[in-house]
Formats: sequence, C-alpha cells, structure tokens
Amino acid sequence: MKTNSKLEKILNTGSLAVTSECGPPRGAVPEKIQEKARMLKGYVDAINVTDNQTAVVRMSSMAACIFIRQMGLDPILQMVTRDRNRLAMQSDILGAYSHGIDTMLCLSGDHPQFGDHPMAANVYDIDSVQFVQMVKKMRDKGKFQGGDDIENPPKMFIGAAANPFADPFELRVLRLAKKVAAGVDFIQTQCVYNLDKFERWMAQVRERGLDKKVYILAGITPMKSAGMAKYMKKRVPGMDVPDELVERISGVPKEKQAEEGLKIAVESIQRLKEVDGVSGFHIMAIEWEEKVPEIVERAGLLPRPEV
Amino acid sequence: MITAERKPMEELIGYLEPHQRILLVGCNECVTVCAAGGRKEVGLLSSALQMAFMKTGKVLEIKELTLERQCDPEYVEELVSQIDGVDAVLSMACGCGVQEIARRFKNKPVFPAVNTSFMGASERQGVWVERCQGCGDCVLGITGGVCPIARCSKRLLNGPCGGSTDGKCEINPEIDCAWHLIWERMKVLGMEKSYEQIMPAKDWRTNRDGGPRKIVREDLAL
Repeated sequence: MKTNSKLEKILNTGSLAVTSECGPPRGAVPEKIQEKARMLKGYVDAINVTDNQTAVVRMSSMAACIFIRQMGLDPILQMVTRDRNRLAMQSDILGAYSHGIDTMLCLSGDHPQFGDHPMAANVYDIDSVQFVQMVKKMRDKGKFQGGDDIENPPKMFIGAAANPFADPFELRVLRLAKKVAAGVDFIQTQCVYNLDKFERWMAQVRERGLDKKVYILAGITPMKSAGMAKYMKKRVPGMDVPDELVERISGVPKEKQAEEGLKIAVESIQRLKEVDGVSGFHIMAIEWEEKVPEIVERAGLLPRPEV
Repeated sequence: MITAERKPMEELIGYLEPHQRILLVGCNECVTVCAAGGRKEVGLLSSALQMAFMKTGKVLEIKELTLERQCDPEYVEELVSQIDGVDAVLSMACGCGVQEIARRFKNKPVFPAVNTSFMGASERQGVWVERCQGCGDCVLGITGGVCPIARCSKRLLNGPCGGSTDGKCEINPEIDCAWHLIWERMKVLGMEKSYEQIMPAKDWRTNRDGGPRKIVREDLAL
C-alpha cells in the first residue's frame, strides 16, 4: 500500500469501489456540505469534493473536505490547475494532508469562460499529467516539484480523470497511458452513457495492459429528466449521450422520467460490472445526492466493505 | 507579426479633449500589415477625429506622420522637429512604439490609439489569429509545428482535455483544438511515438513570469 487511503484499501482487496461527489455550497454554509455528506454515509467509500466546478466560485474544496473528514468520512480532494500555480497547489496539498485528507483527484479544470468569473486570469501553470507527476514526486521522493525536501511528505492516493468520449478517440487511450506513466493510481471517468463506446475504450485499455496498472472507476450520472438528457447531449462538451437514451427517457411521462433515469443508471452499473478492468463506480448525482444510496442499493453494491 | 485593433472613438476623444494640437503617428511595420495603424489608418483616424471634435465646436489641429518603425529609437528621432509644436502625441503603433515615444519625449503626453492584441498570422484576408505567445522556449519542434501554449485554451502540454469535440475547442466552436491539430500533424509526420513522451512542467522563467525580458547580443553592441 502506498497510502492510508480507504479507497486504496478497498480497491486493493479487489472489491468494486463506490465513490460519489459533493459540490460545496456557494456561501459560508458548512451545514450544506455536512448534510450532503451525511446522505452518503455508509453507501460510498469516498466522496469527491469538487474544486470550483464549472469555474463557478464555491467554498474551497479543501475546507469542505475537512468538514467531511471531521464527520469520520473519506473525502477526495479535487484540485484543478486552472486557479493555482504550483506553489499554491503544493501548499494546499500539505494543508489537506495535515488534516487527514489522503486521496485526491488531479484535474486541469473547466475553462473560466464557462463560469461566473469569465474575466478572471487562468493559471494553468501545469497540466493534469504534470500535476500527477508532482503529487507522486511529493509522495514517493519526498520532494517538492522544485526539488527541495519535504518534512513528512504527504502520502496521497492519486486520482485523475479520463474522458473516453472526447475527440480524437484514438488519443483517448494514449492520454490515459500518459497519466499512468506519470504515476496515477486511480481514474474516474466522464459520465458513461454510450456503453458500447466505453467498452471499446476499455478493450483498448486492456490491450495496452493499462487496467493492470491503474484502477478505473466508471462515471455514472443519473438523468433527472428528458430535458437534462437533451442538455447533456447538446451542451456539455465531451459528453456522449446516444439518441436511444434520449428517446427512452423522453418516451415516458414527465413524472416518471426521474425513475427511468435511475433505472438507466442502475442498468448501466450492472452491465459495466461485467467489464474486465472496471474497478468500481463514481456516481455523480448532480444536485441529486439523495438518490445515490438508492442507486448503490439497487445496483447491488451494498454492503460497502469494511477495511 | 504583432496585431492590433483601433480603440473605440469615445476613448480616443476622452484622451484628446484637453488638447488642441496633436501629432498622430503611425507605424509602417506590423500595424500597417494588419491595417490598424499604418499611413492609411492615420489618415482615416485624423479625419474622423477632426469631424468628431468639429461637432462640439472645437478645432483639433492634427499633424500626421508615419514612421518606418516606432519601436526603434533611430526612427523615433525623426519626431524631434515636430514635437515642440504639439500638446500631445497619439500613437497608432503597438505598445512598444507608444512606449518608445514616451521614453524619448519625457514631457509630452502620449496616448495609444490601438489595443495591441497578439502575435499572430493572417489566416485569410481580414482575419488574424494568435499563433505565438513568446514563451521564450519554443516547443514547436516536438509538437509538429503547432503551438499548444498559444493555441490550447488551457495551454496543456500533454494532449487534449476532455472537452475537445470534432476537432474544436470546448470554449468556442470557432477555435480549433490545438491538440487535435498537433495529433493530425504527428500522424502525417510519423511522430505518434513522441506523443507518448510526457512533456515535463514548463519552466516559465523564459516567459513573462520571470520578470520583464531582455535580449543582449554582445556581438552586435556598439
């Protein structure tokens, strides 16, 4: 084991891991993050805490992670390279680890253009691959990116994202290979709706033996309505929502669409459980966290293992 | 070349309001090529300003002049004979030219008439696009001749982000995904293997992050 991360321990036992996520509140209201985390207790192994997701200002991921940690749960610190240079990132990693946060997700982050401060400078001092390298060097060599020694180096279990659906498709596995070469431990993928394409991507992942080097958690986001399905299909960059799915959810009456969305999510998990190289699920129920326990239960992922 | 666009008239009028006699100076280099501040634009702006002030009952005296190169002290020296008779200078050069005039004529106000935009190339008639950020440590040799620093919206060095769709950038479908272009070039050139090499974190000291930059060529110094 490289770290004390609960997620690492569970993945190491070979059981399917389950993670979910919480978006911190848009204000100094810790109760909101605590309430979201409470709903997930006992149903997931670790909780991602987003870092100014969609480039909209929210309570800092680290602060929200600390609240979750204090509840005895396991947060995953998400951090983007958009807002901080390497000094700020490393100091936050030291701070987070000092608060018992031992798992993180290294991302480049949505461009500020999408958010509530499109006039902001974007940093992008390093990219997500270099970010993984940096955290690994901190952990395994005990050195800052600049080369100096760290006193009590942070032992982070290192995650990154992968989008099997963005273009060019042939680069998608190569990009994962780069993250693996950089030293990533686990991957959480973009929401999987196009299962056929995901399975093609996984086949390429296995062909290169990458599934033996990194744990892959498939991203699952339940659709609340036909409107959401259409929005995801048309407006969210890098999202692949097949027409059949939009038709299926549009084909049921409005009041039953949410249930249909949950059913699709559960069916997706059940099919993906059988895919070789899938080590777990990352269930992102956007502003619908209360449904995560139900999805986990219906998908047969309970009880969560004790480690 | 350095590209620029003329500032809005209201802003220029605001600068010139307190003044009576203006020296309007164009530049025969980049801003001429991108049609922002060459001889022709000097003439056009001069008439437009005079007309705008005439409406308010004010006569603005404008001397027009276009230098060979406003970023070069040798050419800026040509303004010596003109400068005493004016209250202020309005420069149509890039920011380098404006500053060269400010440096040479310490007591004379100088105003920019253009917004200096970026280092770019002409994509087609009337369209200029950013191509270089002057990072001071060129990577084009390993990225197939397409710059990820200037042309990827997140200046990623190790491949496209998850938002690349149909060869376009997630922030705007008018912008090509730089990594898509790089990959296409790499395939043509048989450089696929080099894509898998991780490009290490960049040393931004050669970029503006290391402070204002300077090139000293001892061999050329007089």
